[in-house]
Amino acid sequence: MRFNALQILKQGLTGNRGWAPQWRNPEPKPEYDIVLIGGGGHGLSTAYYLAKKHGLTNIAVLEKGYLGGGNVGRNTTIVRANYFLEGNSQFYSHSLGLWENLEQELNYNVMLSQRGQLMLCHSDGQRDAFARRGNAIVNQGDDAELLSPEGVRALVPYLDYEQLRFPIYGGLLQRRAGSARHDAVAWGYARGADRLGVDLIQQCEVTGIDIENGAVRGVQTTRGSIRAKKVAMVAAGRSGQVAAMAGMRLPVESHVLQAFVTEGLKPCIDHVISFGMGHFYISQSDKGGLVFGGDLDFYPSYAQRGNLPMKEHVMEAAMTLMPMIGKARVLRSWGGIMDMTPDGSPIIDRTDTKGLYLNCGWCYGGFKAVPASGDCFAHLIATDQPHEAASRYRLDRFKTGYGLMDEEGTGAQHNLH
Amino acid sequence: MRITCPLCGARDLREFSVTGSAALLNRPEEGAELPEWDDYLHNRDNPAGPSDELWYHSGGCGAWLVVRRDTTSHAVLDVRLASEQKT
Repeated sequence: MRFNALQILKQGLTGNRGWAPQWRNPEPKPEYDIVLIGGGGHGLSTAYYLAKKHGLTNIAVLEKGYLGGGNVGRNTTIVRANYFLEGNSQFYSHSLGLWENLEQELNYNVMLSQRGQLMLCHSDGQRDAFARRGNAIVNQGDDAELLSPEGVRALVPYLDYEQLRFPIYGGLLQRRAGSARHDAVAWGYARGADRLGVDLIQQCEVTGIDIENGAVRGVQTTRGSIRAKKVAMVAAGRSGQVAAMAGMRLPVESHVLQAFVTEGLKPCIDHVISFGMGHFYISQSDKGGLVFGGDLDFYPSYAQRGNLPMKEHVMEAAMTLMPMIGKARVLRSWGGIMDMTPDGSPIIDRTDTKGLYLNCGWCYGGFKAVPASGDCFAHLIATDQPHEAASRYRLDRFKTGYGLMDEEGTGAQHNLH
Repeated sequence: MRITCPLCGARDLREFSVTGSAALLNRPEEGAELPEWDDYLHNRDNPAGPSDELWYHSGGCGAWLVVRRDTTSHAVLDVRLASEQKT
């Protein structure tokens, strides 16, 4: 069923009894051309683009829980394309372009809100770095504006401009950046893939990957064995366990990143704002809750919850930047499992096993990447050639040292990102 | 999360920093081949469950510790001095 104004009017007048389920709930078939392990944002978008762009529809997405139950439902929904380094910049630029047409593409309201993302700087050095980054973003073809302190104040007057410890020297604004509705992205891609013939199989955990003579043959699951010509691993924080079934050790450590939401408030924060002198960034959801987060807890974790010291740090940073937030009450906090790579950039690549593909290492930036990750991974699986926007996301870059993408400039080493 | 340092007793998480898997103690020999170094520096078992990790008591006695910790629950199962572990 396509969504349109007439449908909504008709369903509204007839008691909303005519809505059908958005996707089928099929039994797994004994064999597929392609099996995708992981039914999150990246797995579902990959399935969608395989079917839509490459005409491959004999595909199963295997999800051990429910669709979109992992990180795509546990993030802070920021969409942006303000990366600096070659390799990352064209990828996220491609992703933002896909975001801007996503609602029309999927006939699904993903609530993309291009409200602008503002990064604040608090020293001369930081401002110089922002000017350089802004120029790189503009050269890439995206938008960036360097704001003076007065410019920042005109835009967001409620920050603390009087304090001496972390004075606001300006900001880098990307107006096309913003936020989107996290679940809707997963649901939209799921519905789109299902309509094109992809089988979305939930409650189906992969327990083994069958490999014969260096080529993949299929997978073992809790719902029986499934043969497949190609198998793609796209399991985010759980990538290490999935890859271990294929005898691989990945350059990935799984960490916890916490996020928070307050009670619903009247509209007060119209942008996405990130503090430059502590780990804190914030936006306001359409429901009114202030959604904010900080940095990793910095110890390996699969617990999907963090500890109090990082909560304290985030709250301190929030109070430093915008004291008005002290009146808001925090409703919930949660954690996601981040698949951290040594250089902080992702991996979309083939493996040494024929027909086995890998998509992982999204660190704490996977949400904005969902459309381009799916598009580029689908291209790789379908053609065996990397998509031009993701050609640098190679698995072997750590071994060779060539093409590392360390945005923070801290070194390509675990525990530094 | 509290960690019981063998020298200082039970202390707050904030006194410690973590470097990663305790496999970092098993540094390849001089002249080892590239794949061995790559494995040591980059690749990880990344276990979901009990995991041996290398922690540093930076806000305390300065000892390096091998902490066995469940990564799915954050329960600290065992703490030893890294100097004893290595020999």
